[in-house]
Amino acid sequence: MHLEAIHVYKQFQTRQGSLMALKDINMHIETGEFVGAVGTSGSGKSTLLRLIAGLETPTTGKIKMDGAEVIGPGADRGVVFQNYTLYPWMTAMDNVGFGLKLQGIKPKERRVRVKEYLEVVGLSQFTNAYPKELSGGMKQRVAIARALACHPKVLLMDEPFGALDIQTKASMQEFILELWQRLGITIFMITHDVEEAVFLSQRVYVMTSRPGQIQRKLSINLPLNRDHSIKRHSTFQDYKDIIVDLLSGRDVATSNSD
Amino acid sequence: MKLTIKPLHQSSGTPVQGLKPTVFWRIGEDIPPSFSSLLIVLSVVVPFLAWWVLSTSGLVHPKFLPSPPQVINALVRLWQSGVLLQDITASCFRVGTGFFLAAVVAAPLGIAMGTFASIRSLTEPIFGIVRYMPAPAFVPLLIIYLGLEEPPKIALIFIGTVFFNILMIMDAVKFVPKELIEATYTLGGRRWQVLLQVITPYVIPNIIDAFRINMAASWNLVVVAELVAATEGLGKRIELAQRFFRTDEIFACLIILGLIGFAIDLSFRVLLRVSCRWAVD
Repeated sequence: MHLEAIHVYKQFQTRQGSLMALKDINMHIETGEFVGAVGTSGSGKSTLLRLIAGLETPTTGKIKMDGAEVIGPGADRGVVFQNYTLYPWMTAMDNVGFGLKLQGIKPKERRVRVKEYLEVVGLSQFTNAYPKELSGGMKQRVAIARALACHPKVLLMDEPFGALDIQTKASMQEFILELWQRLGITIFMITHDVEEAVFLSQRVYVMTSRPGQIQRKLSINLPLNRDHSIKRHSTFQDYKDIIVDLLSGRDVATSNSD
Repeated sequence: MKLTIKPLHQSSGTPVQGLKPTVFWRIGEDIPPSFSSLLIVLSVVVPFLAWWVLSTSGLVHPKFLPSPPQVINALVRLWQSGVLLQDITASCFRVGTGFFLAAVVAAPLGIAMGTFASIRSLTEPIFGIVRYMPAPAFVPLLIIYLGLEEPPKIALIFIGTVFFNILMIMDAVKFVPKELIEATYTLGGRRWQVLLQVITPYVIPNIIDAFRINMAASWNLVVVAELVAATEGLGKRIELAQRFFRTDEIFACLIILGLIGFAIDLSFRVLLRVSCRWAVD
């Protein structure tokens, strides 16, 4: 899988005139990578994710996946939204199986895959629970299982842990990291949380605001097997400092950009 | 210069300012169940007693305000002669048929209008105009077109309820979270699947609620229709009773109308609880 954005511009028409949300975005995601995009609000990072998902189309430029231009949403690019977008009238099981149902996969095969992915996210005991009976972290696990059950080529995550409390957020970060390694999936996650971006990503795109631009891309050279203790390492802190400085507009010379 | 800092809390005996607790005037909070039951009982018993006292006090002529026992007598009389059941059946049939037809049209049209801006533009202006034409004003036309039998009565109920149902259902669709629709696209959903498998189930509780609320209008209209031309029905019974100055029978029919309405309302609530448990607490 090779996903790329080539000279992508996105303009929105508002009552106050046209607004340049994204300017000349060039980026790529490769098979098996965990790529992060970090930026303050208004940096257009959500718009970038929506463009990749096909929920918006670029004003100019192209999003390409394996050479083919993205023209609309599809199950090959799974999305996990910030606000738990589960179907409230369906149980956890039916939520996870809904994508498969939409694609016409037979009930028998569907049951097998739903069971598999509920196990993957550790919710086997909540098969018949409705979303309102689940905690925020559990809902987000169901949403992740639902996206993964469709076997997407890339999983796009839009501030997936933004609405969770700090403890749940930390455990979900470790969970998604572990999932990424175990399943060998490809993940693109956007966040405003610098620490989260450094902790999870192999590569980080740092975005600036108005218009949203990629200011720098950083490779995070930390061991793949990470847990929260890594946050105390000086290298981790250095990466954080670089990004925080970039976001606050202080230009620092970094040897790390590539 | 010496700085003096005023103490924030004065430890003197002045009470802390704040909202005083209340039971009756609580906003958005529950009241004790026993107190609630008491108020519910009072809401029926007080008007009933007031009626009873007023009707037996001699202040009002019994021909104008029959007493509860007289009304119960009238009720029994109408029931035993068989006309009451006949009237209830006739009125229920008209309401049932008219409202059912309105529902069958309103649910798909309302969902389509809420979902597609194109269909909304195509239909909303004309519905907005027709909606403001009072349904009873259609009665003469309906009689000319459809005669004096059942069709004009059913048509009146249809006209009088279909637009309100459509617009309420359309509004409900606007509250389907956009992200839920987008999530469906990213799971490989097609537009018709979004329409039938996401939007429709999401608004079913709202549809049931719209039907429950608009049902009241169809009972208004059936009485209007029967006052104009009918041989039976609760509205017709009221009109006949008026002709013979039988206020006790008018009261009896009014009470029956109220009870039927209440029962229908309750059954819609039960339907909502049973069929859409996810939407109710």
